[in-house]
Amino acid sequence: MSHTVRIEDTGLSYACAPRESLLEGLNRLGLRGIPTGCRGGGCGVCKIEVLAGQFQTRVMSRDHVSDDDVAHHRLLACRVYPASDLSLKVIGKLQRKVCNPASVR
Amino acid sequence: MALTGVLRPGHAQVRVLDLEESVRFYRDVLGLVETGRDAEGRVYFKCWDERDHNSYVIRQADRAGIDFFGFKVLDKATLDQLDADLQAYGLATERIPAGEMLETGERVRFTLPSGHVMELYADKTSIGNGLAEVNPAPWGPQREHGIAPVRLDHALLYGPNVAEVQKIFTEVLGFYLVERVLTPDGEGNVAIWLSCSHKVHDIAFAEYPEPGKLHHCSFLMESWEQVLRAGDIMSMNLVPVDIGPTRHGVTRGCTIYAWDPSGNRFETFMGGYQPYPDYGPLTWTFDNFGQGLDYPQRKLHETFLTVVS
Ligand code: FES
Repeated sequence: MSHTVRIEDTGLSYACAPRESLLEGLNRLGLRGIPTGCRGGGCGVCKIEVLAGQFQTRVMSRDHVSDDDVAHHRLLACRVYPASDLSLKVIGKLQRKVCNPASVR
Repeated sequence: MALTGVLRPGHAQVRVLDLEESVRFYRDVLGLVETGRDAEGRVYFKCWDERDHNSYVIRQADRAGIDFFGFKVLDKATLDQLDADLQAYGLATERIPAGEMLETGERVRFTLPSGHVMELYADKTSIGNGLAEVNPAPWGPQREHGIAPVRLDHALLYGPNVAEVQKIFTEVLGFYLVERVLTPDGEGNVAIWLSCSHKVHDIAFAEYPEPGKLHHCSFLMESWEQVLRAGDIMSMNLVPVDIGPTRHGVTRGCTIYAWDPSGNRFETFMGGYQPYPDYGPLTWTFDNFGQGLDYPQRKLHETFLTVVS
């Protein structure tokens, strides 16, 4: 069963299964030019903020995620798995790609 | 060419976010040989055809990246001489006692102006490659397990002050410049490939604002077929691939870039040519960087410039 992930400020949403990372689902959305980085929580290019919803995480590099980030759900999308419908905001290097309408195919 | 001074890349210590997941990846997918674990919990690996006890060491940490990269030098006298030369040049050095790493002698450690920690050492226990020293077979079962590269070949590191780093390697450590990519204005280098041997690179650096970053550690394959087989094994194991299989213009090496489970990039690599120290460097202009990175596709992949650990 998939959850629905909504990207605030864009009106876009996508389906994401609980065993899929938020980044995998985001990539399936077909936005051109999203920097898919290491997919291992190490490089930090996929930073997002979860605004609402339940999720699980796997370990991610503290170079890119501080305690304050964790407290405010500012996490790396490749290491976050949805456990309910979610809404998120793209921050960091992904932002200009996802939020720029020209990048929608 | 008589190899003296700095001989070759000897070891890299890389940080991982989940040790056991990473051990399974490096042992069973990349196909390195696990050779030991120490009291600190570090896990030691070598490539099948390397003879020294270890070349790639992983350590669990809360962030990815590289702790240090080490070169083996000819002997103890060379180690002492290079230590003195580095200090005379104005770099602080530190001695790490023998045995701090398993089966490894005393190390001389220093930090480059790019923020990377480098080491030199003369001794590491030779445990052989599993083949006989008299009338050896050309390969054994270890070559068939996973991707199974031949050796740790080089690393590409990202950080500031690449011009200063080049001076240290060429003026103190006896390396020579093999290839370079110019800055857009043509006045400096954005990336340099340095050799202490007959290889197209033993280490490489690219200019980057953040210090101490790892772009990739590279593992040598024996043939293009073996690089393609590595790509098959990556896909079978859902390893995230960055670029390739393709050929670099720079070095002419054939390559796949991919990431370990913690986001540390690695390369499976073969080929290149055999430069000598009297060759002048080959130069790429910035507008040809795409061909330098990916010759067939002529493409400067964005991740090459922006994704590091
Ligand atoms: S893609 Fe590298 S941290 Fe998510």
